[in-house]
Amino acid sequence: MAEVKMEATRAAYGETLIELVKQGVDVVAVEADLAGSTTTAKLGKAYPDRLFDVGIAEQNMIDVAAGLSLAGKVAFTGSFAVFGTGRSYDQIRNTVCYSKLNVKIAPTHSGVSVGPDGGSHQMLEDIALMRALPGMRVLVPADYVAAKAAIRLAAAVPGPFYVRLGRAKVPCVYEEPFVMELGRGSVVRPGTDVTIVACGIELDQALKAAEVLGGRGVSAEVIDMPSIKPLDEDLLLESVGRTGCVVTAEEHSVIGGLGSAVCEALAEKRPAPVERIGVRDTFGTSGELAELLPHFGLDAAAIAAAAERVMARK
Amino acid sequence: MTETFDQSEVSAKAQALRQDIIAMLTEAGSGHPGGSLSAADIVATLYFGGVLKHDAAQPDDPARDRFVLSKGHAAPVLYAALAEAGYIETSELATLRKLGSRLQGHPDSKKLPGVEVSTGSLGQGLSIATGLAAGLGRQTPAPCVFCLLGDGEIEEGQVWEAALFAAHLKPSNLVAIIDNNDLQIDGHCSALVGLTNIAQRFSAFGWQVLEVDGHDVAALHQALTKAKEAVDGPYAIVAHTVKGKGVSFMEDQVGWHGKAPNAEQAAQAFEELGGAPAWYVELTEGRR
Repeated sequence: MAEVKMEATRAAYGETLIELVKQGVDVVAVEADLAGSTTTAKLGKAYPDRLFDVGIAEQNMIDVAAGLSLAGKVAFTGSFAVFGTGRSYDQIRNTVCYSKLNVKIAPTHSGVSVGPDGGSHQMLEDIALMRALPGMRVLVPADYVAAKAAIRLAAAVPGPFYVRLGRAKVPCVYEEPFVMELGRGSVVRPGTDVTIVACGIELDQALKAAEVLGGRGVSAEVIDMPSIKPLDEDLLLESVGRTGCVVTAEEHSVIGGLGSAVCEALAEKRPAPVERIGVRDTFGTSGELAELLPHFGLDAAAIAAAAERVMARK
Repeated sequence: MTETFDQSEVSAKAQALRQDIIAMLTEAGSGHPGGSLSAADIVATLYFGGVLKHDAAQPDDPARDRFVLSKGHAAPVLYAALAEAGYIETSELATLRKLGSRLQGHPDSKKLPGVEVSTGSLGQGLSIATGLAAGLGRQTPAPCVFCLLGDGEIEEGQVWEAALFAAHLKPSNLVAIIDNNDLQIDGHCSALVGLTNIAQRFSAFGWQVLEVDGHDVAALHQALTKAKEAVDGPYAIVAHTVKGKGVSFMEDQVGWHGKAPNAEQAAQAFEELGGAPAWYVELTEGRR
């Protein structure tokens, strides 16, 4: 078996911003003392006047970006997801979204894959927070290639975006050239018995679960749903129309994220049994990613088991 | 816009803004008179004293100066200025806070031309203004960004995040104005949290600071012009004001932060302010 390339989605951040500058996009990044970790330091090194590091001041980070966007810039903000959304929620709500500004909230270190830093730093409610904001578009790329595409997409479409990036190196699912479309998911592996809808690093786990299920005679369809808002309801409903049941998988709380978005769409348009894979209303904990995925029931085995449970409910 | 400064004209405009504020709030039945009245001379000097480069016919002109009303609850003074400057009809002031109005309870930039950014959640304007000044800084000439903050508002920690960063960035086109009326909802700022010496605090953060009588339009004009033209910014202008200025029973009264006058109180206020605005007279007479 060919060796799978491993790369963190955050690694796409600084690189893609540099590409955008080279393409003539008037992009700037605003950071809160984490430019090295988020990789926007690369942008600052290449183009010093395009990186504004405000220090440990996430609220200021968001609103300085808001001001830069008012001056015509495409402004990205960084920090870690827990601070870059949670600590600065009011700034994102009342300035960025309420004024419908061209600010792209793209913090890194989301989810449990932050690892040893523990529960204080493992942001599991960011999709819920961002999804609830009027006008906010929410992208959760599955790998490094998808992250580059998500950043390009956010830069190209005017208005507020949330792009969820992660710290850990995760397997690359996609290859360049790859284009992400707003409101579009894709069937990564076709199947007939159960639909597994995944986002972020859970796409890789979902594909592994589909392999396991295949060995047991179950044909699982795996959908990558990077656009949580707007959600690709057409794709979801079409797939569920064939399979009759769904498992959702996300590295996020089961409250308010992909699982909730899928349940809301199905409840209103095509009720079907759903099992949600995600962190179940608890904080994270220190550990390595390989340990944390089974600990929180986010690994391929947990997804496969959920698929079997949901199929029995059809 | 007014190119030259005419003290009596600006004072008259400030008084017109005060009349509009009382009329708007009376008609709306709610809103924030105290902090709107305290800022009337500041806003009049900016908009009608030749300080803020702006043109009602071209609200999106890239070369315009920017005004960020960080203390968004003082929306009535901004709306009054926009009406007096011709951005909107004065009759529209009667729609304040009503369903379907462009004049939201706090400024909404998506609805009303002339509002640069939506505000209302305190403590954010100086950060926005800093980013805006930095972003505009490469234009020649660089438009100036004026940001009006309440003194109570600077209790928000984010203001000092912005103060620190702006003093480091040193945008020469950034001017903060602090409407120092020493009142917030729960009492006097100085009594509530010991908020005094605002000038020294900004100075300690690395700002150039000017102190001025916030009701002396000539002094305001001098300070604002100096701050705008200086190249050693950013500048903070601490404008010493009286909350509710111009209406005797509202002056320095904590109870008039967020309460609209009734018809009787409005009548007294108009008497003290030299009359009611024409649009309001027309509106109320039409109901008789």
